[in-house]
Amino acid sequence: MEALYATITGVLAACGLFLALRGRTFPVVVGLTLLSYAVNLFLFSTGGLNTDAAPVIDGHGGQYTDPLPQALVLTAIVIGFAMTAFSVILAIRVRGELGSDDVHAGRANESRENKS
Amino acid sequence: MQHLPILPILLPLFAGLLLLLNRDGATRPRRIISLISTTLLVVIAIALVIQVSDDEIRYYALGDWQPPFGIILVLDRLSAMMVLLTSVLALGSVIYACAGEDEKGTNYHGLFQLQLMGINGAFLTGDLFNLFVFFEVLLIASYALLMHGGGKTRIHASFHYVALNLANSALFLLAVGTLYGATGTLNMADMAMRIDNLEPEQMELVKVGAMLLLVVFGLKAAMLPLYFWLPRAYAAAPAPVAALFAVMSKIGIYAIIRVYSLIFGDHAGPLGNLAQPWVWWLGLATLVLGTVGVLAARDLRAQVAYLIILSVGTLLAGIGMNSLAAQSALLYYLPHTTLLTGGLFLLVDSIAMQRGQAGARIVRARGVKEPVPLGLFFFIGAMGIAGMPPLSGAIGKMLLLQAASGPTQQALLWGVLLVSGLVAIVAMSRAGSTVFWRTTPRDETAVTNLGLWRGIAIGLLIGASPVLALFAGPVTEYTRATAEQLANHDGYIRAIIAPQKTGEAP
Repeated sequence: MEALYATITGVLAACGLFLALRGRTFPVVVGLTLLSYAVNLFLFSTGGLNTDAAPVIDGHGGQYTDPLPQALVLTAIVIGFAMTAFSVILAIRVRGELGSDDVHAGRANESRENKS
Repeated sequence: MQHLPILPILLPLFAGLLLLLNRDGATRPRRIISLISTTLLVVIAIALVIQVSDDEIRYYALGDWQPPFGIILVLDRLSAMMVLLTSVLALGSVIYACAGEDEKGTNYHGLFQLQLMGINGAFLTGDLFNLFVFFEVLLIASYALLMHGGGKTRIHASFHYVALNLANSALFLLAVGTLYGATGTLNMADMAMRIDNLEPEQMELVKVGAMLLLVVFGLKAAMLPLYFWLPRAYAAAPAPVAALFAVMSKIGIYAIIRVYSLIFGDHAGPLGNLAQPWVWWLGLATLVLGTVGVLAARDLRAQVAYLIILSVGTLLAGIGMNSLAAQSALLYYLPHTTLLTGGLFLLVDSIAMQRGQAGARIVRARGVKEPVPLGLFFFIGAMGIAGMPPLSGAIGKMLLLQAASGPTQQALLWGVLLVSGLVAIVAMSRAGSTVFWRTTPRDETAVTNLGLWRGIAIGLLIGASPVLALFAGPVTEYTRATAEQLANHDGYIRAIIAPQKTGEAP
């Protein structure tokens, strides 16, 4: 299970990073979202992976999973969700104001302005 | 007074919520609420500084969950000082915004208060994950503030800023997760205690986490390979927002000082002083490139942004020296440079308003309408930031130069810091003489006056330099004691963890 989990996290992170480095705003936003999913999976695994264990303490001294990473993931999901929503809106605004979804569009205009 | 440490977070939160209630109403009540809240924040911060002067480290356990299990706020000399610095800077910024900048959008003041909440929380928290949460609070407020007023350059600069910071947040979570996985705690004091006796295989993991954290804080602080976002974002931001942003890069500096002196300090064995050599070299390199940027800038706003990078380089070099004297010197230099660069952002905006189309560009253009107050402020600001005596910059740099020990360190720091000071003088005097003297006849009709509010705001922030120089004695005493408190990490852990006292919880 560990190997599968690690592979999935790694593939998600790699895809996210690749997309985040693209030159258009939409892939960048999707890439950052994938990256945050990978991070959430990673955080979830920091307490160790258990099967058939009680979610918190079961009262009989049996095996239980670490509840703290779950709380952390919950926080991270909420924050990541808000940030993604914001960056989508921002990307649309960039597209609307600059007439292009290229991440360097504004910079090209800027240097022309300086020259004139 | 036991609830004092939480007030710098609660007050801006409630003020921000109150400001949300009547977003479309008149501007006046919003200004009044914002001014009252920020002024109260200054008063609270002064009370905090007085409270910590007895050298005791206090903690505030939220919900009375005792550390290391609950989330705590820690109040020591460093965090009290940073909160005071933030509140003074915020006061100047709010006063300036009340002169008209806040009318360009409906919720300027509310967002501003929420950002203050995030900044204060980041300074006060004693928990690594909570630090992340407060980082996000201040970041999301800053995204919105950066776009305040709109415009093409602004929106474009903010997309870059947002994308970078989202990636940075992902890295932060990875680092925190790694450290939690290896040490089993998120409380900074507890982590510092557990770092001594780790298994060898966990040691490597902790090292990875620690270096990842350095990247995260390095991007916040604008350390060398990670500073390229800063000049564009800060130069595009509205002036009062840029002034408040001057303290945001110092949050990175604060986090580096806190984490690498408390958790990875001298006591941590093989993990001890992990970051300092990196920070030293990167700090010097940041200083060099910041100097080049100051000289090359063709726009006053960009020039001030590069002055921030210059100061960040200086502070990082101070951290890299890793001695008591250097720590205390950089803690004196930090408020000086933050307030002054904040004041310069405001001043440059006022200058740009009076120059018509030329704006803040360093070109021959219409003269400003009020050369006397603006020129005087610019002179004091430029001299202060370049480090000319008798202002505070000279004292801060001198203390740092004195703190260098050993011939290599001395040669490097003296060389780089003094040359950067000289270049800053050259660049600022060139900019100043172009803006104020190389002018075409001015058009008296269509310009905005400086006005009382802007004058007070700029005077408050730039006037901080002479004041800091005048009270250099007490201030350096305070920073000295702060550095000693930071070095005494056993004292910190004992104050928070060891004796299971009832604490000062509600």
